[in-house]
Amino acid sequence: MTGVLPVGLAESTKVIGNVVHSVKEYVMVVQLHENIEKEKIREIVNYFKGQIYQKPPLRSSVKRTIRVKTIYEIEVLDSQDKYILLRVLCDPGTYMRKLAHDMGLLLGVGAHMRELRRTRTGPFREDETLVTLQELNEALYIWRTTGKDSYLRRTVLPVEVSTAHLPKILILDTAVDAIAHGANLAAPGVAALTKNVEANKTVAIYTLKGELVALGKAIRNTEEIVKMDKGIVAKTKRVVMPRGVYPKYWKTKESTGTQ
Amino acid sequence: MGLREKGVEFLDKITRKSGYINDWIVIREADTSSDYGVLPYERKTVDHINFGVINLDKPPGPTSHEVVAWIKRMFNVDKAGHGGTLEPRYLVCGVGKPQGDWGTTSRVS
Repeated sequence: MTGVLPVGLAESTKVIGNVVHSVKEYVMVVQLHENIEKEKIREIVNYFKGQIYQKPPLRSSVKRTIRVKTIYEIEVLDSQDKYILLRVLCDPGTYMRKLAHDMGLLLGVGAHMRELRRTRTGPFREDETLVTLQELNEALYIWRTTGKDSYLRRTVLPVEVSTAHLPKILILDTAVDAIAHGANLAAPGVAALTKNVEANKTVAIYTLKGELVALGKAIRNTEEIVKMDKGIVAKTKRVVMPRGVYPKYWKTKESTGTQ
Repeated sequence: MGLREKGVEFLDKITRKSGYINDWIVIREADTSSDYGVLPYERKTVDHINFGVINLDKPPGPTSHEVVAWIKRMFNVDKAGHGGTLEPRYLVCGVGKPQGDWGTTSRVS
């Protein structure tokens, strides 16, 4: 299997796992066990569009109970003899191998997945940012031998890219270090937010310069947050911003004691 | 252009590039100080790596874990991780834990 595999370096390791929960796109080759007319193939493929029931295969890493998954897009890119080239946009946790198998059952001839390539996971796509191990190695070599980092900066992306698909909250400079220390985000620290913040969903918290501070779980939705002048807006889950980069504006017992 | 404007522009740019849109509601207008912090695309090279992600085109053959181990060594960083496995012979996209030779793993965040 090849394709899009987002990798987080050092500090980014903490948040890269979050893309697991985002939408996926694959291109796969399905091999049918007998020839079938193209019209029939297209008909059955379209049948998989929308919500499907899927039982994880025997060799899987999750509980084998039937799950409902959404296939947002499914398209026959090409077909020849017993081979079908498919593009699938689906929910995370949809088994492509199982999809191929189930297609075979519906076609009545049997089928299995022959090849698979991931072309998208959330914000990461098969575009000019997609790099091979060789390109990474070259970029590092150029930087280490000449000191020029322009190639390196094209192959390694800022951590913020891995959170581009999430609802966002921008916070004031005065709130940054408290979050960096693990505090929850309170309403007075919010400078701006996107309209799609939902309660109990992941939200990305940034400085006004656009630096990722942390990932949190929103307590309220956008509409409610806008009306709040105090109280917790989001629970801090994964902190990326190191402590002490922004000045400390919050009061500790000691500092209030000396005042 | 103010630092805040540049920061928002950066976030909007990477969001649009990923196929999403930021629909902002501004609550407080304050700008951000240039005395601390840095625009994400102006980090020093070493920081750029430590706060870096790679959109890797995984080669066929090695497991996702092997690939991450190589990258960790290449960049000489103390840790690295991936988002969702692409196993050499068997694939699932989702959350789970390793199970035997054929199983798949995903980081649970």
